[in-house]
Amino acid sequence: MKFSENWLRTFVNPSCSSNELAHILTMAGIEVENVESISIPFERVVVAEVLSVERHPDADRLSVCLVNAGELAENPLQIVCGAPNVQVGIKVPCALVGSQLSGIVIKKTKLRGIESFGMLCSARELGISEDAAGLLLLPETAPVGQDFRKYFALDDNVFTLSLTPNRADCLGVYGVAREISAVTNTKLTPLRIEPVQEEIEDRLDINIHASKACPLYCGRIIRGIKSNVETPLWMEQRLERSGLRSINAVVDITNYVLLETGQPMHAFDLAKLDGHIHVRYAKIDETIQLLNENRVELTSDMLLISDDRKPLALAGIMGGSSTGVAEGTVDIFLECAFFDPDVISGKSFLLGFSSDSAYRFERGVDFAATHSVLEHATALIKSICGGKAGPINEIRHQLPQRRSVSVRTSRVQRVLGITLDRDQISEYFTRQQFDYSETDDVFTVIPPSYRFDLAIEEDFIEELARIHGYDEIAAQLPSAGLTMLAAPESLRVPAQIKQMLVMRDYQEVVNYAFVDKVWETDLIQNKDPIALKNPIASNLNVMRSSLLGGLIANLQFNLNRKQDRVRLFEMGCCFERNSTGHCQQIERLAGLGYGDVHIEQWGEPSRTIDFYDVKSDIEVLYRSKEVEFQAISHPAFHPGKSAQVMMGAKPVGWLGELHPHWQKKYDIAKPVILFELILDSLLPMQLMQVKETAKFPPVRRDIAVVVDNQINVQSIISSLYEKKPAVVTEIALFDIYRGKSVGENKKSLAFRVILQDVGRTLTDEDADIIIANLLQVLATKFDAILRN
Amino acid sequence: MRDLDEILGEATSLFSSINNATELEQVKARYLGKQGELTNMLKGLGNLPEEQRPAMGSRINLAKNQLETLLNNRRSFLQEKKLEEKLKEQALDVTLPGRGYGKGGLHPVTQTLMRIESLFHSIGYEVATGPEIETDFYNFTALNIPENHPARAMHDTFYIDNGDLLRTHTSPVQIRFMLENQPPIKLIAPGRVYRCDSDVTHTPMFHQVEGLWIDEQANFAALKGVLENFMAHFFERNDLSVRFRPSFFPFTEPSAEMDISCVRCNGNGCRICSQSGWLEVLGCGMVHPNVLKHVNIDQERYIGFAFGMGVERLTMLRYGVSDLRLFFENDLRFLKQFN
Repeated sequence: MKFSENWLRTFVNPSCSSNELAHILTMAGIEVENVESISIPFERVVVAEVLSVERHPDADRLSVCLVNAGELAENPLQIVCGAPNVQVGIKVPCALVGSQLSGIVIKKTKLRGIESFGMLCSARELGISEDAAGLLLLPETAPVGQDFRKYFALDDNVFTLSLTPNRADCLGVYGVAREISAVTNTKLTPLRIEPVQEEIEDRLDINIHASKACPLYCGRIIRGIKSNVETPLWMEQRLERSGLRSINAVVDITNYVLLETGQPMHAFDLAKLDGHIHVRYAKIDETIQLLNENRVELTSDMLLISDDRKPLALAGIMGGSSTGVAEGTVDIFLECAFFDPDVISGKSFLLGFSSDSAYRFERGVDFAATHSVLEHATALIKSICGGKAGPINEIRHQLPQRRSVSVRTSRVQRVLGITLDRDQISEYFTRQQFDYSETDDVFTVIPPSYRFDLAIEEDFIEELARIHGYDEIAAQLPSAGLTMLAAPESLRVPAQIKQMLVMRDYQEVVNYAFVDKVWETDLIQNKDPIALKNPIASNLNVMRSSLLGGLIANLQFNLNRKQDRVRLFEMGCCFERNSTGHCQQIERLAGLGYGDVHIEQWGEPSRTIDFYDVKSDIEVLYRSKEVEFQAISHPAFHPGKSAQVMMGAKPVGWLGELHPHWQKKYDIAKPVILFELILDSLLPMQLMQVKETAKFPPVRRDIAVVVDNQINVQSIISSLYEKKPAVVTEIALFDIYRGKSVGENKKSLAFRVILQDVGRTLTDEDADIIIANLLQVLATKFDAILRN
Repeated sequence: MRDLDEILGEATSLFSSINNATELEQVKARYLGKQGELTNMLKGLGNLPEEQRPAMGSRINLAKNQLETLLNNRRSFLQEKKLEEKLKEQALDVTLPGRGYGKGGLHPVTQTLMRIESLFHSIGYEVATGPEIETDFYNFTALNIPENHPARAMHDTFYIDNGDLLRTHTSPVQIRFMLENQPPIKLIAPGRVYRCDSDVTHTPMFHQVEGLWIDEQANFAALKGVLENFMAHFFERNDLSVRFRPSFFPFTEPSAEMDISCVRCNGNGCRICSQSGWLEVLGCGMVHPNVLKHVNIDQERYIGFAFGMGVERLTMLRYGVSDLRLFFENDLRFLKQFN
């Protein structure tokens, strides 16, 4: 919504500057986005008439003109002009010698040998618009010699508002004025509307078939208008400053009234109507060609204005192109109605375009003003286009109710936290022109017809706070009972997990939750990912069920930027369908390792990160928890280098090396190690209960055995743990060797066995017996041979 | 036979001239060895008259002890010196970089989220979370945004194939929390939110923190107090000016937009604040009675206030990030600056 400040000030004129006024509006919730002067500063520019035009003898494109510029200059005045549209008789702005335009001083000068005493101006040279195609042509009625700033009302600003959807009442200049009047406590000059004398009896029948959608419809015939008259300059300027171009006088008037009052109207060419007016919902297969050239296939929830034969307009949204007022129109039917916001709302979104009319109707238009606005528009048409008006045909059904609302002084004070008293509340309601009464500190207020956002006590509390000024409500630090927040030790917070990964050299990333479908099919073999109906881009069309794709994309992005060592992690929600087809949302934690295991450094040979490096990161994350790794196959991973992370019988994640065919497809040079875990499996912690620390020295025995290559270490350790006596406190692998000396398809495993008795010092003999038993277990179960 | 003092004098100067442990031991033998001068003197005691023996004996022993002390001092001196030389050889270039693990870092948005959480935690706000795919009810209806309401157009909503949607704010978390808990309630809801909008100043996914306080004593003045306090602490600025402007959100009434004086130019006007000196940082208001009705909270007894802020925006202002899209490109050269 934008409009001329001067126009606004014809209704309310508080003694404050433009910027102050903008600030006052903004602080009252009517945000002024921009205040822009409509021209550049200049003086000594006047209205001039071109008396004669001769071609310049030495320049094809220049004309030598004699102009009458009034009393401030010689008459006639010789000016050399380069504009293509200069001709005898036109009136144009003329910058006299001594004037300044954009910092250029206009001087008496010679152009190709011919003297010139000033400059005829285009709109751009005066800072009015970007139009530099030719001279700015003024109406014939422009008074020669008048100061152009004054004539063109250039000492004006354009206010651009950014309105919240609840304030439809400010979608007209008069509404904004009403608001300023309340906020600044300044007198409001009401719109002067007087009924037009009816001169003819012609009327069109109006049939409302959807009275809920259209509870009020006013229309009248005006015959004998001159549709080709020029719109008066003052009106054209006000329209232009609101961003509307002049079309023809009748349309300009309806637009002007819309801008002024917020009430959309429409004028039909009476000659193109067949029979009566109907307000009804569209039938299937009906179409209409609109004024914006869009052809719309109508649906049964779209409200129409039609005649006996065809649709005329999409009610409240836009008129049809075939029945609009055009050149040659003589008789019109002028419509002014109220449409239910719920019926209009959402339609322009579906149609893919908006209109000033739809914008207002979907937010709510003042239904008490419909009739008088029609009179107002009629008066303007008669005075500008002439014509004779018929009677207003008004069909009225059940209009929106304005129920009275109780506003308690005590509640106002409690909600706002300030002591607004009864007198202040009365004053603020009065300034807002609300209809109210008061008994025992309870106000009964009836919301005005132009406000669609006032229905409950809180709505009026906001009104009071606005008029009082939000800034006048002193901030207070709240007081409340002090209770501590729970801090369960048995539940880690995600931030702790993130911090652990940071200390392990991982950088956190954040990716969009919608991904390329290809990631899902490639890496997860998810053939039915949850799809977006309206994705922002075709490569962000499904919801991720895994974080892996995003991490790989981040790796590619950074490899392309010459990063050769990358460690990433992300924690985020993943989305998948469960067996019933419902969407399941799981927080996951995923990581990626690529390149050297450590930052390239002196004194340590460099080595590429592998499965076991990342496995250790996972083990650290789970700390004391018992997780096991089982070889699995997973579409993302190398079949021999992937594991499922198990917590008891429950799978909680994956770890593996990116499958070489993906590595090749995604054009990545070295192996990529990836893991992904269910966040919830990482969070619960056992509350630690301390064990007795042994007073006697521990005994360490190392055993090395040779077993078949395919036996996995975990199974050996598990069997040993199963059979070990309590004094054995730890069995761990510390070396692994493959080579000729142990034989083909064999490996040598070295275990550390720690023995510790809490009651006594263990002897060598004790240890020998225990170790022998353990070796026996290995021999029977795994054919393990003791290696010396 | 030489005088004992002469011997001691000679040994003292001799020892201090020796810089080598082996040599020192050889010189020692000259006095204290099997054929050493003092050893021989002790052996020769027998030749002395008996009455002179004790006196002479103790004099020789005294000299012997003194000599040994001298010798030990020199020994430890030489040892010390040798160690010093050895340690000197072992000296490191202490300016060489350390080895081993590097350190990663948290995403700047996470850092801001943690900061916001900890500030609110310090006055008793607990963190609540909820699903990112939401139903129409929690995202709109329960928040007093009925179907066809123009406010729904303000939320450019992503819909998924089953008709549910990606939450456009974290307010649904508040609804879920209020349905499960009784007032007083004090929570913040941080999380990812989605809007179908992408340009220089919008990304289709971003982060929000919303806050809610439902209590008998909550009011608009307290809302202002909490948020002013928060902004001053978040930006670590005691001189921060703030202002509250009336605004519109379907789920609050009265509603307000909070501006702070531009933290980049101190309110003088710059590119960041579009020359206005003010930055819009937060929307807030008193919880709308219809919202309380949806979650069965007695609206006469309890009053609530709620607020919501964009985490990326606060991060940009705090750290001088000029392009929103940097947060989701995950360029390590950008991210590592925050480590």
